[in-house]
This record gives sequence, structure tokens and C-alpha cells, in this order.
Amino acid sequence: MPTVHADPNRVKTGVHFMLGNYALVEGAISAGCDFFGGYPITPANEISEMMSKRLPQVGGKFMQGEDELCSIYACASAAISGAKAMTATASAGFNYMQEGLGYCYTVEAPIVIADVQRCRGENYASQADVMQMRWGASGDYEAIVVCPASVQELYDYTVWAFNLAEEYRNPVIIMSETTIALMRERLDIPEANDLRLYNRRYTSCTPQQYRPFAAPEFGCPDMAPLGKGYHTIYSLNPHNEDGGIDWDPDEFERLYRRITGKIRENSQKICRTERYLLDDAEIALIAYGSETRPAKEAAQMLREDGIKAGVLKLCNVWPVPEAAIRETAENVGKVFTVEMNIGKYAGEIERCVNGVCPVSRITKNLGTIHTPAEIWQAVKEDLK
Amino acid sequence: MSELKINPNRRFLRPEKLPHFFCSGCGCGQVLNYFCQALDATGMQPEEMVTIGGVGCTARIPIYLKSDTFHGVHGRTLAWATGVKLHKPEIPVVIFAGDGDLVSIGGNHFIHACRRNLDVTVIVVNNLNFAMTGGQVAPTTPEGSHTMTTPYGSAEPRFDICRLAMAAGATHVERWTTSHAAQCVAAMGRALKHKGFSLIEIVSQCPTHFGRYALGSGDPQRLIQWIRDYTYTEAEESKLTEQEKEEKLKCAKFIEISKPVYQGTNEMN
Repeated sequence: MPTVHADPNRVKTGVHFMLGNYALVEGAISAGCDFFGGYPITPANEISEMMSKRLPQVGGKFMQGEDELCSIYACASAAISGAKAMTATASAGFNYMQEGLGYCYTVEAPIVIADVQRCRGENYASQADVMQMRWGASGDYEAIVVCPASVQELYDYTVWAFNLAEEYRNPVIIMSETTIALMRERLDIPEANDLRLYNRRYTSCTPQQYRPFAAPEFGCPDMAPLGKGYHTIYSLNPHNEDGGIDWDPDEFERLYRRITGKIRENSQKICRTERYLLDDAEIALIAYGSETRPAKEAAQMLREDGIKAGVLKLCNVWPVPEAAIRETAENVGKVFTVEMNIGKYAGEIERCVNGVCPVSRITKNLGTIHTPAEIWQAVKEDLK
Repeated sequence: MSELKINPNRRFLRPEKLPHFFCSGCGCGQVLNYFCQALDATGMQPEEMVTIGGVGCTARIPIYLKSDTFHGVHGRTLAWATGVKLHKPEIPVVIFAGDGDLVSIGGNHFIHACRRNLDVTVIVVNNLNFAMTGGQVAPTTPEGSHTMTTPYGSAEPRFDICRLAMAAGATHVERWTTSHAAQCVAAMGRALKHKGFSLIEIVSQCPTHFGRYALGSGDPQRLIQWIRDYTYTEAEESKLTEQEKEEKLKCAKFIEISKPVYQGTNEMN
């Protein structure tokens, strides 16, 4: 994979005590983000505000759109124009953006979207958008969704998100949450030389040879610069490898097989998980995002009670880290899913566990994160 | 035997896309033709441009041009244009939008792009109804018209797109009809050269839907005559009463002024 070092002028190397939303901005700037379009919404506002300050300092463009739709479509066209483009929103604004997100999947526009999940129309904590992130837009596509659990990870995973977007020419969603976005924590920003960035491939073809959507069976096509004679049609409509609108069933099937296959067939390369106290565990808590934090503490508390508990942290929820979930289930007696909603992603985990061991759901949908004691108590009661 | 003559402006088109898909007598083909003539007159190449169409009949015009094109989402043409103009301001951007695309679903983007003086050319083909979906009422439909969703006559007042654009801050605004061939070509040429937001509205015939349902005829010639009666030029203005002028649409170059163009939300860019 051809990578480059980050630009030292963009990387604020050192130790910081930083707000989560600002850490995400610094991750984006380090990753080479040079376009941001946003629309005010709480609790994502600090992302727009810091972007409006930081982007002009590094030669990027900031715009505040008249609505979420303007923001996401401007990101789509800026990305196709060559920018590393990003937008940020929160749950209610994410609804509006589904339309533009669907366009980006279909024309393979590499944008990054941060959804700082909230609930009750306010800054209450939630993970209730986990399914919308996968299925919110119409049409067929595969999503990539990364789930930071700390201020440090808001920085690290944002860099990762840009790299994934560039490598797979797919939108990538950063699943942020009120809990971490409005938290201040220690942040270590590495040296620019230690940050490896992936940049999209551009075609070496002449305009006459160039076929804009021709690619290996499960790969993504090389891009071409705009306004240089490559005359490419970026249409939401089904298109053939030449970019022409085409309703032929074979072309239709080829397009959707490829844009879903490029993620599905590479999911082992994309997916990341972290194991915590799992090696000798008899029960596993599977969590993502901020819920991994109380889950880890609950595992410690359970161990103090003689219950060998561990945690599988899902660093991304889409594509589903199926192999890691299955392997975990095969080595424990019971799996507990922990999430801050009515129990949504639990269905995916149950599908992967596939009856290898029993699965119980620990859910909380009250606008606050689980306390370690709540998880500990739920496990204890379940095991009674 | 005479030699087959090929329109030299075909060099601007994608040969594999022809013949085009517009209905017989539709004005969209004329607008494409006028645009090619304006390209020829200004010496501009579609290959250097981004052309944008949303969803609708007019939105299909760009796919015949040898240009980079965004297409296929309803109403978001100016949102796309904004991203291109901020990242690559040197690339000319031309939008082909229907009246429904531009001032119904895309109305919010429209007024804000006018306000910002986004440096783009917008060619709006106003056929007075939603045509691709089968002839439903649009914000531009004359009051009282019978369409597929106004079987008892439309009770809503219509938009005057040019007045809306000027009120919102557009810096170059003109309106003509498909039968003003020379004026359309000249207006598009001015728009391509204008630095700032250009709106060229072309009132156009829709024989398949608006013609048959609202006007009782699918004959393009009769419809073009109806449009000539529905509009007036400056020369004809003095013969009309105030009420007639309110009910009709004026064809003219309304405004062509210079103002700073949009380069981003902040003064430091």
C-alpha cells in the first residue's frame, strides 16, 4: 500500500489535554483534510468551529452550508475534485445527510463523516444511530464505521477513517458520541513521520483510454482529475464501467457487486478489535465506543468476584468484525452485548455467535452511559 | 448526391449518447443546441468544465456534453457546484436545472447560492411543470392550470424565478424563451464570461405533459406560440396593462453587475 508521511505543518506533535471534538479536528488536519462543510448542530459544533479556525491555517477550505444537504454534497463534489473532505453532524442532522451519503457510496466519493450521536434532541449520551449508520441511505452499499472510545481514539481513528476512505473510495463514518466528544482527556499527538497516510490512486491513462468505473472485481477504480478532458459522469443512476447511465441488468449487477464486494471481501483487512482480559475468560462482554470503558471496569469487578470476564472491543462496527466475534464466542461460556440503545447491534453479534454459546443483552437507553456497577450487576443477575 | 452535413458543434457532444432521449418537440434539445453555439462563440471547451444536472428532463442535458458531470440527485446541483468552486475555483461550472429541481426541491440552495454570488452559470429550463414524473404542478405553474395533481386547477401563485434570483443577490439574470434562439445564445455567452452567479431562465415547451394537460395541445408549434403570448419583451411592454404584466413573464436581460464571488465562509481563505 503506497503511503506518505503526514505534513509536519499540520501535526501538533506533543501531549495535550484536549476536548474530544477538537481531537477529532486535529486528527483530520493531520490526515490531510483540506475541505470541511458543516451545519450547526449540538454536540458537534466544536468540530465546525475548530475547523473554521484550523483549515485556513493549513490552506484548506471551510464552509458553513445553508443546511446539512448542502454540506454533504459540497463534500462529495470537493472529494471528487481532489480534496480530502469531511463533514460533522449529530444524530438529527445525520438523518438529512443520508441522501448525500447514498450518492457518495454509488459514485465512490471518499468522504469522512463524523456523527456525534445524541438523544432526546439534546446532549444526552446515545449509541442509537448504530443501525442508521449502516442502513440509513437507500440503495445497496457497504458502510465503514469506526468507533472511538476516548479523546485519544477520536484523534487516531479519524486518521484511520481518512486512510480507509482513500483506500476504498468509500464514505467512512466516525461514530462519535456525546460522552467522548464533550470530554477532555490526555491526547498524545505523534511525530508527523510516525503517521502514515494513504492517498487515493489517480489514473495513469490518457482521457481516451480512461474508463472511470472499471476496476478489479472487488477493487475500486482509479480517479481522474476534474476539468482535464476525462469527461466522467458521476451519476447516482446505475452506471457502466464507462460511467454511462445504464439499466442493463448485467451492468447493474456488476456495479453493485463491486461497490459492496470491495468492502465485504476486504473486511478482514478493515476490521480491528481489541481483546481485554479475554485469554482465560469464561464470559465475554462485547462492546463498542464509549461503552467499552465501563465494560472493562465491570470485567475487573467481576474478576474480583471470581467470575473470569473479559471484553472484546470492536474498533469498528461496520463491516462487522465477524471472525473476532465468532472466535471470542468459541472460547467462552457466554457472551454479553453491551450498548447504549434498545439493543440494536446485539442482533449482529447474535448472528455471528450463531448459537455457539448463549448471548444476553445489556442495554441502556436513558441518555446516560452504563456505569461499571450496572454492567457488573446485570451480569451477576443473569448468571444467578 | 449531396454530402451529408454534420453540425460542427457535435464536437462538444458525446457521440455514443446520441440520439438524445428528449420527447419530440421538447425544448431541452434546443437549449443543448444553444449552449453548444454559445461554447462555439466563446471558444470554451466542455472538457475544461464541470456540468451539473440534478433529476428531471433538463438534468439530462449535461450527459450529452463532453464534460465532467454530476448527475442524478434531485435539487442538489448548487450544493455540488459549491464544493467544486471552493476546491477548484478555476474550473467553470454550468448547471442545467429544471424549474422543479432549481426552485422547488432545490429552492434553499438556490437562494443561498445567489446570496453568496457563487461563480457559476445556471441555465434553468422552465417548462412550467414536473415533466419527467408525468406532468404534476410545479412552483412555476401558472395559477389555475390543470395538471396531473391539480385536476381542479392550481390554487397556488407561481414563482417568478428571475425576481427571486435578483432579490436573493444574483449578479447576472436574464429570461428568454426557446423561440428566442439568438437571444438565448447571446445570454449563455454572457453568462459563461460573467464572474459571479448567472441565471439564464429559458421558458420552454413541454408537449408531452404541460402542453397536453394544461394547454390542451401536444403540438410544439402551438405551444411555442402560447409561450410567446405568456411572455413579453421590453418592446411589447408598453402595450400591456399592469394586470397583464403581472400574469405574464418578461423576457429581458434584467441585471449584469460585478460583485465579489464566494470563496468560503471566512474572509481568510
